[in-house]
Amino acid sequence: MLAFILRRLGTMLVTMLCLTMVVFFMVNLEPNLKKLAISQLDMRSPPEQLESWLVKNGYRQNFFVRYGQWIGVIRKQPNVDPETGKATPRFSFCNEPAEPYFGGILQGDFGCSTKFKTTVSAKLWPALGATGILMFWVMVTMVPISLLVGILAGMREGSRTDRSLSVASIATTATPEYVSGVIFTVIFASWLGWLNGSAASATSQGITFYNFTLPVMTMAVYGIGYIARMTRASMVEVMTQQYIRTARLKGLSFSGVVIKHALRNALIAPFTVIMLQFPWLLTGVVIVETMFRYQGFGFTLVEAAGNNDIDLLLGCSLVSVFVVLFTQLISDVGYAYLNPRIRVQ
Amino acid sequence: MPTETIGAFQIILGAIGRFWPVWLALAIVFGASIYYRKKLGLYGQLFGTGVGIAGVLICGFWLFTAIFASTIAPFDPLAQIPVMKDALPGAVVPDGGGIYYFGGDKLARDIFSRMVYGSQIVMIIAPAATAFALMVGATLGLPAGYYGGRIDSVLSFLANLVLAFPVILLFYLLVTPGIVETGLPRWMAGLFFLFPIIFFVALFYTRFKNRPERLYPLLAITIILGGWIYAGLVFDADPLGIVRIDPNQLNIFVAVVFASSPGVFRIVRGLVMDIKTRDYIAAAQTRGETPWYIMLWEILPNARGPLIVDACLRIGYTTILLGTLGYFGLGLAPESPDWGTAIKDASRLLRSFIHPALPPTIALMSFVLGLNLLADALREQSLKD
Repeated sequence: MLAFILRRLGTMLVTMLCLTMVVFFMVNLEPNLKKLAISQLDMRSPPEQLESWLVKNGYRQNFFVRYGQWIGVIRKQPNVDPETGKATPRFSFCNEPAEPYFGGILQGDFGCSTKFKTTVSAKLWPALGATGILMFWVMVTMVPISLLVGILAGMREGSRTDRSLSVASIATTATPEYVSGVIFTVIFASWLGWLNGSAASATSQGITFYNFTLPVMTMAVYGIGYIARMTRASMVEVMTQQYIRTARLKGLSFSGVVIKHALRNALIAPFTVIMLQFPWLLTGVVIVETMFRYQGFGFTLVEAAGNNDIDLLLGCSLVSVFVVLFTQLISDVGYAYLNPRIRVQ
Repeated sequence: MPTETIGAFQIILGAIGRFWPVWLALAIVFGASIYYRKKLGLYGQLFGTGVGIAGVLICGFWLFTAIFASTIAPFDPLAQIPVMKDALPGAVVPDGGGIYYFGGDKLARDIFSRMVYGSQIVMIIAPAATAFALMVGATLGLPAGYYGGRIDSVLSFLANLVLAFPVILLFYLLVTPGIVETGLPRWMAGLFFLFPIIFFVALFYTRFKNRPERLYPLLAITIILGGWIYAGLVFDADPLGIVRIDPNQLNIFVAVVFASSPGVFRIVRGLVMDIKTRDYIAAAQTRGETPWYIMLWEILPNARGPLIVDACLRIGYTTILLGTLGYFGLGLAPESPDWGTAIKDASRLLRSFIHPALPPTIALMSFVLGLNLLADALREQSLKD
């Protein structure tokens, strides 16, 4: 087991290295650098001045050197003014030591956000915390509902409950967040006036039922259908097994069979599905936080991408890639752990 | 604001009336399909279940809407009639100009016409992108599953790399005006669009290797037709000027194909690994057939059931992706009538007006629902035999 986990961790590291390199390349493409230089100087600067700004701030170094600096395995050079010989930080709102130093991801230094005029860490971690709260509530509503729906549908295959619940699950998988968000806002905020159509106040005044229900509901709905269908399929399979028939024939009640014998085995597959749901939820987070103006991770990502904030976007990418790979790892390990029949080769 | 409006009943009746070519086409298709049901194979079986009929009905509705869009839509999707700004549903255009059935948006355009024209964008990009993703995924998934070993490890690693990318991040990095400037989409398009040509050449070559009289015409058709479309799409150098694609649309197209081909790859790979243990594969190997013949003519046809179901779901998912792109204003022009852009524009003004938001959301939802129902019915039917 340990060797398996270690090997998976190794693959994960290699994958992360590759992916961050791709992201690093994409965000540092020529048009983005030019836009950055323009935003840091001013619109009417001549091209030579933009170029010299880029050279001065180290954006023209070799790609791998810069990538190494970002990771923190190559020293960052201070930004020395040739005339005065004094070191000035690249951006006035972030401190930088005056001598060469290792300042990258490995040292916990994510760089400077040009959009929010602060360090990336100061922006990114609170945003992640806010999204964590959102995700927590989404999971708390989504997982029990979807498992319940799936089990009820799969318990008696082909029954009327099964048919109607299946069609309902299909309908929710056909409703992406930007659709259900609009529909829920129209119904619950505009017509009925029960809920707040914006979660902006959740950041400043705290989370209430009034301002937080719509985002959570919107995100949960899209996932429910998928997880419920997987649970149903797994439940249907388990219910046809020999040991279920044996348990029924020895006189156990139907509900007893379902709860004692079927559930445990039927819930292994949904566990993996729920874990693999995270990458999808990430897209949902971005949509929902933009739609309801909730200042979390998705909101930060959109701001970073929209404003060409290179370091912040890199930080966001790193976090999201990490979340995806880490949940994959957990789902693999958990699956092997939960299902004794799957032995790690 | 226009003073004159028509009632709810008239709006519904009028809107349904505008769709008359669709109803006509649907009636013909349904009549023919039910009449010849027994001879139509898997498609005919769909008409045996309620879910299947609903799926075909909804998908057919949007397909015909896209085809007859110019007849159905009473207005140009981009035309603005200033007096109709934020007009309520059923508002009558002054001087007998017609009726805004679903009202006007904040730029005084007819929401109904925009919804109808929006279906064209979805209907062109989503199935085409899915088809390309299927070919890329199949061309790479077949050898990965069949040979296993190193090819499999390398290709699977690459597929997992793309799959580990959150879709939204991928789009934010890949679908930007800056990227179009660097020419990256053209390179990727050049790579992806090669796959269908390779696929068909391999398909015909393996089958008709020993029958040159069939092989050469087929190869010639593939290469001329493929090369023509390839030149038009990738290099914008179609000598006849018929096949061309807007750089922004090419960018979206490439991004969507890129995002969904690893999923197809994994499904194809899994299916191949399952099917290659069957007896008829062993028989083909004993006959001395080449590996590519076995992959393309023995394994692939037997994997078609799950692949068709997946294609249906994938078109729906691609529609959702296109909507996401529109919602974030990536790639598509701001005045484009596609549903995602319309939802974005409307959702910002939800506090003052709700009517512009509903038609595009319901359109998108119903189309994806139709595809999912279709996929569900197909899965059930293919499990039966």
